[in-house]
Amino acid sequence: MKDNSKLLNFTKGLWKENPILVTMLGLCPTLAITYKVENALGMGLAVLFVLVMSNLIISLIRHIVPDEIRIPIFIVVIATFVSIVEMVMEAFVPDLFERMSLFISLIVVNCIILGRAEAFASKHNWLDSILDALGMALGFTLVLIVISLIREVLGTGSITIWGNLAINFNKNNSPFFSNFFVSPPAAFIILGLILAGSKAINAAKAAREVKSK
Amino acid sequence: MTFGGLIVLAFNAILIQNVILNQFLGTCPFLGVSGKRQSAVGMGFAVIVVITLSSLVSWGLYYAILKPLGMTYMSTLVYILVIAALVQIIEMFLKKVIPSLYRALGIYLPLITTNCAVLGTAKTVIARKFNFLETLVYSFSIAVGFLFVIYIFSTLRSKIARGDIPKAFQGIPIALITAGILAMIFAKFGQLII
Repeated sequence: MKDNSKLLNFTKGLWKENPILVTMLGLCPTLAITYKVENALGMGLAVLFVLVMSNLIISLIRHIVPDEIRIPIFIVVIATFVSIVEMVMEAFVPDLFERMSLFISLIVVNCIILGRAEAFASKHNWLDSILDALGMALGFTLVLIVISLIREVLGTGSITIWGNLAINFNKNNSPFFSNFFVSPPAAFIILGLILAGSKAINAAKAAREVKSK
Repeated sequence: MTFGGLIVLAFNAILIQNVILNQFLGTCPFLGVSGKRQSAVGMGFAVIVVITLSSLVSWGLYYAILKPLGMTYMSTLVYILVIAALVQIIEMFLKKVIPSLYRALGIYLPLITTNCAVLGTAKTVIARKFNFLETLVYSFSIAVGFLFVIYIFSTLRSKIARGDIPKAFQGIPIALITAGILAMIFAKFGQLII
């Protein structure tokens, strides 16, 4: 039973409590950077690191933090790890960092991270908090990758990841691929369709469960 | 920058590089409070005050302290503390001096600390190397653009809520698709200038 609940802490972030699809947190970076698959991967990794580390630290200090000033303290912890990510990315992947530096620093105010700190890490032990952070960050990254795959393939007709892996789908210049999909309006529309799709799947699932009972 | 240049900058910030529809900043409050027209307007005005003041203060801190001391890597941490402190000060000030305005903006003020449009604008102002006057004009116009779009959107949503929408699309999904269509309209403003 105990192992099962540990596993559940991890898996609930992937679908059941997915930060984008269900709780709808962190929509700003989801909309802004998903025009390229490599942006989605970079953003996902950055959020994974910040979320795991801040959840770990916050769950370790949860007994010594006074209740009244917990939010400012959480924000300072999160901002510290975001600054670390900024410096590491600037040193090792400078062109990726240049493209999304604004949204990397905006991880500080990303509701997913403060939300998990407040709702989970400040109430659970460090192991559960890390599992929760891993699940949430992976769920977030998976949705980012799905959206950016749709946008990059339909928008440019190809996928390029760090220059090494490049696949071209648009060999004979078909009008099916339009750069509308990499423009800002398409981000809103595609995310809207994906959210509607996940809601429909959940509704169908619930209906089936009612029937089987 | 000339007076004409400042007007172009303001026009750009309000309509073309709109903070929500083009830069995707502040999407959370945009979707969260645009359900009611009254709360959308309250949030919009609170955002104008906070974005303008926090951009000016962080601009000042960056050029007066962070840059001379070579501590620009601390900027994210400094800005977020500036914003949090500023929101708290504005809240206390309004409570004491203009209680009626405090009651109108009250619940939206604390939410603004985690509005990424505020931190985003403070960062943009530094990244684009604006001077003091440009910072003032740009941050004020960005916030006006936020109010403008959130107001339009709240009226649209009150109409949508009365429509017959498929169940899966109700709420946020249809709101996002509406925002997408609104963004297409705003994208066309870009062709007015160039």
